Amino acid sequence: MGFYVLRRVIYALPIALSVTVVCFLLVHIAPGDPLNAVAPADAPVEVINALKVAYGFDQPLPVQYFRWLGRALAGDLGTSVATGRPVLAEVMTAVVNTILLAVFAAVLGFSLGAVLGGMAGYRHKGIVDRIATALSVIGVSVPHYWLGMVLTIIFSSKLNWLPAMGAGPGGSKEWLWDAEHLRYLVLPVTTLAVIPLGIVTRTIRALVADILSKDFVQALRAKGMSDRAVFLHVVKNVAPTALAVMGLQLGYLLGGSILVETVFAWPGSGFLLNTAIFQRDLPLLQGTILILCMIFVLLNLLVDIIQPAIDPRMRRS
Amino acid sequence: MRRLTTCFAGLFLALGLAVPPAQAGGTLRIAMTASDIPLTTGQPDNGAEGYRFLGYTIYDALVNWDLSKADKPASLTPGLATSWNIDPKDNTRWIINLRKGVKFHDGSPFNADAVVWNFEKILNNQSPQFDAKQAANVLTRFPGIKGVKKIDNDTFEIDTKAPDAWIPYELAWMFFSSPAQWEKVGRSWDKFAAQPSGTGPFKLTKLVPHELAQLEPNADYWDKNRIPKTDKLILMPIPDPNTRTAALLSGQVDWIEAPAPDMIPNLKAKGMQITSNVYPHTWPYQFSFVEGSPWRDIRVRKAANLAVDREGLKQLLGGMMVPAEGLVTSDHPWFGKPSFKVKYDPEEAKRLLKEAGFSKDHPVKAKILISASGSGQMLPLAMNEFIQQNLADVGIALEFEVLEWQTLYANWRQGAKDPASRAGTATNVSFAWQDPMVAFYRFMHSSMVSPNGFNWGWYTNSEVDTLLDQARATFDTAQQDALLAKLHTKLVDDASWLFIAHDVGPRALSPKVKGFVQARSWFQDLTPVSMDK
Repeated sequence: MGFYVLRRVIYALPIALSVTVVCFLLVHIAPGDPLNAVAPADAPVEVINALKVAYGFDQPLPVQYFRWLGRALAGDLGTSVATGRPVLAEVMTAVVNTILLAVFAAVLGFSLGAVLGGMAGYRHKGIVDRIATALSVIGVSVPHYWLGMVLTIIFSSKLNWLPAMGAGPGGSKEWLWDAEHLRYLVLPVTTLAVIPLGIVTRTIRALVADILSKDFVQALRAKGMSDRAVFLHVVKNVAPTALAVMGLQLGYLLGGSILVETVFAWPGSGFLLNTAIFQRDLPLLQGTILILCMIFVLLNLLVDIIQPAIDPRMRRS
Repeated sequence: MRRLTTCFAGLFLALGLAVPPAQAGGTLRIAMTASDIPLTTGQPDNGAEGYRFLGYTIYDALVNWDLSKADKPASLTPGLATSWNIDPKDNTRWIINLRKGVKFHDGSPFNADAVVWNFEKILNNQSPQFDAKQAANVLTRFPGIKGVKKIDNDTFEIDTKAPDAWIPYELAWMFFSSPAQWEKVGRSWDKFAAQPSGTGPFKLTKLVPHELAQLEPNADYWDKNRIPKTDKLILMPIPDPNTRTAALLSGQVDWIEAPAPDMIPNLKAKGMQITSNVYPHTWPYQFSFVEGSPWRDIRVRKAANLAVDREGLKQLLGGMMVPAEGLVTSDHPWFGKPSFKVKYDPEEAKRLLKEAGFSKDHPVKAKILISASGSGQMLPLAMNEFIQQNLADVGIALEFEVLEWQTLYANWRQGAKDPASRAGTATNVSFAWQDPMVAFYRFMHSSMVSPNGFNWGWYTNSEVDTLLDQARATFDTAQQDALLAKLHTKLVDDASWLFIAHDVGPRALSPKVKGFVQARSWFQDLTPVSMDK
């Protein structure tokens, strides 16, 4: 097991390194001048040149990359060109806000998805199955920013039940665990939960239906095992794949949704990315993408490590 | 399952019923269109919106804009300076008298030393207080300033590179941050941003990056008529127009900037106040005069100007525009008396094109650089498609090159000859025209071609250059206005641009917001605004 974990960690390293190259290059390939964040288009040429030198944008790209990587490894992602605030602090604040949404959305999406998927798998082709399938198709296909807008129109604009945007009346720094603040979570969490709900439902439904048709289940039943005990066997067989899917979904959720967070003006990593993109704030953009990618790589690693712990077949392979 | 549903519904209702009433009283909450809180150190970023909400609130300029009237264009008014005069012996030296007894929010005095210190933060990159970000935000506004010197505690001088009558307009862009506060926070502009100190009617009391800025009245403000009437002003960046609208309708904010035009009827129906007023904004096509451009022929330029159905366009925008008759509005002192009337006359347009050898079957072909969105760009796609149909009707076939907004904006300076312009023969960038430098000089003067300014189309006209140079060196305002009117007359008679629309800056306010007067300006005064309890 130790060797397996080590191997997984070693596999993750080149992935992480490639991620740094891709996120550095993508940001530089994108149109627009990074100095737009600080200098208006009518800034004199001397000012623009001075700023280029000040921010190191006058250096060749490989030099810029290695300098950036060196600093990033030391935990310094630089400072935002637009605000002068340290990128790491900006990203971490935003990521914490996104985690708040992601965890609630994951709990809601995964638990409802598991229940619906399980029920649909057991009642294959029955009415519950049809409803669950319809819900999962909707979940996967509805553009979630659109759903967010519709929910806002209904519950905020029309009914005035829930806040339309923001992370609490005093901003995310004054977050409290009370009913007034939790209300701010309802709409973004519901919107975000819809995609994992759809995917998890579909996956678990297919897995359960498949496993129930396997010979070993017939054999277990033939041996007179109770439904409850058979159910536990099904769960054990479904768990590894379901876990992998949930891990990926959690990764997407933690990455923050630019669209959902912008629709709800939620100060998370997606909202931060949106700001960084519009301001051409390269250090902030690179830092945010890097941290999000690393979270994704780490989550995948974690799933890779947990899977064999619950599935002995994988340990053997 | 049923139990689960009931449980969720119950939770939902419980949360719903726990909704506290919308905050009322003395707190005014404004949703800005910016995606972050504009810079609070003195010279804000985020363009005019930054100046509107975190410039003229926390700070003052030496020369302020008078934003108290809705019925005429905003004009300059004394701010931290009580008077500004050109030295009778030297027309490159301005003498500025400062207002006495003004204090920064931290209690330190505002005087000539503070003024010089602030100019150094922008102009002198060797000074300890130099701030590249603030400099970048404002330096372009002072093309003529060479340096400043203290004369005595309440007087200082500005030396200009050449005689420059537009200095008062330029001074309206410059805000004054407290040197004492900068020292107190450890000589750091980043720390100053969280605890800024200016001389303005509001003080910043809380800053949550990306989320909100909270301002409270400065009870010691020097202009007692402009002490804010609200207890608190909360500014929130909400870039998405639908979210801003929902926030207003759900009572989370009391005021939204730039609601989407198609939302306005709905907002009105819900009892919201919609305010708008024409201001120094124009939405034109800037023609290329480079070899090969079809717009080099004045008949084609005039035909295009006569082919646009501006009233139809206004309907498309739900009434939220003013049809353009020139670069500036027709009631402005700089409008002049053009003989060419910019109006909708497709028959005359067809006749002019026929004369130039074109028709619907053999149309003029032109590529226009446009954006899909952007600050001040209104509804660029819908508007451009409308204009495309109008021009096609008379024999001008437009093709659009849709660029991302920042790319289009950056191209503005690169000019029509640059390969990045992709052989476009006009560009559609909207802009402000509240002072002669930004209205005319940067586009029309032959010295302003790439890379110096925004003369994108390489427009060169010696008569225009002379008028601009004369206006810049004429210190008598009435005479200066007369020269600019002559210049504008020439620009319209030459049909040197395709004049299309002026924005009217729509905003939606909750019925509780009282006392707001929408000035004809990019900036607005928030001090008279109060909240009905």
